[in-house]
Amino acid sequence: MSSLGPSAATPSVAQTGNATPPAGITTRDLNLWYGAFQALQNVTLDIEHGIITSLIGPSGCGKTTLLRCFNRVNERYGYVTTTGEIKILGKNIYDEDVSLVELRKHVGMVFQQPNPLPISIYENVVFGMRIHNRRRELNRSATDQAVETALREVGLWDDVKDKLNMKATGLQLEQQQKLCIARLLPLKPEVILMDEPCSALDVEGTRAIEELMWMLRGRYTILIVTHNMAQARRASDTCIFMLLGEIIEHSRTEDLFIAPREARTAEYIEGRYG
Amino acid sequence: MFVTTPFVRQKERRELFAKIFFGLMAAAMVLPLVLILTHLVYQAWPLLSWEFLSTNPTNGMRRGGIWSAILGTIYLVGLSLFVSAPIGVFAAVYLNEYARDNWLTRIINLAVVNLAGVPSIVHALFGLGAFVLFAGIGRSILAASLTLAIMTLPVIIASTKEALGAVPRSFREACWNLGATRWQTIRRIVLPNSISGILTGVILQVSRTAGETAPVMFTGAVFFKKIEEGELFAYAITDQCMALSMHLYTVTTQVTNTPEALPYAIAVVLLATVLLVNAVSISIRVYIRSRKKW
Repeated sequence: MSSLGPSAATPSVAQTGNATPPAGITTRDLNLWYGAFQALQNVTLDIEHGIITSLIGPSGCGKTTLLRCFNRVNERYGYVTTTGEIKILGKNIYDEDVSLVELRKHVGMVFQQPNPLPISIYENVVFGMRIHNRRRELNRSATDQAVETALREVGLWDDVKDKLNMKATGLQLEQQQKLCIARLLPLKPEVILMDEPCSALDVEGTRAIEELMWMLRGRYTILIVTHNMAQARRASDTCIFMLLGEIIEHSRTEDLFIAPREARTAEYIEGRYG
Repeated sequence: MFVTTPFVRQKERRELFAKIFFGLMAAAMVLPLVLILTHLVYQAWPLLSWEFLSTNPTNGMRRGGIWSAILGTIYLVGLSLFVSAPIGVFAAVYLNEYARDNWLTRIINLAVVNLAGVPSIVHALFGLGAFVLFAGIGRSILAASLTLAIMTLPVIIASTKEALGAVPRSFREACWNLGATRWQTIRRIVLPNSISGILTGVILQVSRTAGETAPVMFTGAVFFKKIEEGELFAYAITDQCMALSMHLYTVTTQVTNTPEALPYAIAVVLLATVLLVNAVSISIRVYIRSRKKW
């Protein structure tokens, strides 16, 4: 249904000329303060639509903060001041007319610790539809359809199709994390933000989530924060290295790991600090 | 190496002593409860009967039952919780889910904590001044219930906040990140997962309100009132009423030549009512909790 994604509907977002692909996310001089502490400094980025971008850097460098800017959920965490601009598919999300509720519908987030809601698997998947639609706009066949589509897309359908009414909190961690991705899909998001989505999972679980990311690639712009450099290397198209709230380097993942431009990047990926 | 030295033995002895000492203190707490209960029931036994529960007092409190006092207490407790439970729960939802940490919130929280510590006699005086005299309600079940409601409100707010706070934050984050408003988050996730704790907190206030004497004595409870026996709607909320707690006080201190068992029997009824309500609340909590897993 949403296989093309909205990039087709907004062809004019490419700001740097016709040759480059449409920008999924662009930021200009983004600065962010928690109280007096500046967590992001002049972040300027162009992230292509439909690819996987990883964010790496030592703890406290602002990776998660930057991620949380893209659905503005930062504003729920205490006193945050932001300046600059973030455009998602050409629309500045700090514009006056932006609705946070609608923004978060289009920009989904997956967390480090899988956080399915304490309701049934079925209700977890349709939770987004329920909160974004009037009750009379939803009928059983539409939600059934959405649940099956979303669960098939994340490869969970065969495992859970017979126990859709089971509490989602009783699933295995890996299945919980897949469910957390599945519950974003009925909302047809443009962007999926992942905050260390595999750090609570074992090797198999990590592999499954990474494979899932490759399946979803193309339709969704995926941003993944990771502490695991090997994961960034094998599971992303482009990679952003951050340090002390600044973007040090943003390039194709192979380039960043094989031939980093910056000395600080090279030292970090060699493991000299971090 | 690794051998038990005298100093080690000394430490072990002290450890044993400490454990026994603290254990005895914990056990000592149970003893008075058992003694109180057995003593009360033993003393009250000759008077306890269905007739005692279902008839009005007669002969200047010396004969008859305590029906009008039982019904009065039920009215007072029911009406006061009917007022304080919704206000308290909704206030706690605001404080826990909406309020930002600013000076206004801090003042409200401070007020809640301090109100909970105000002695009941002060609430009684406030109720007399505010409801009976200033608002012109007069001494009545309504005025007494409102006074009790003011008294229980801060405690309900505190217990509800605690129940809401026990819902993991990650559930709320999951909802926000899907674009749920705060109200949708509260209605769909927070309240269903905290309702057992909220109810427990509210129901525990039943025992407290049922036992209070001063507030009802100042604002609506009377020495004696004759009502129709067996009629559940015998009081109107503008009536004055009898109350178990005050009845116990009056027959003990104000009436002479009462049967010796009478105060004990009243106390047993009061206690049994409270224990019954607590038992119900615990079963509700166990039932709701059995269906909830995270």
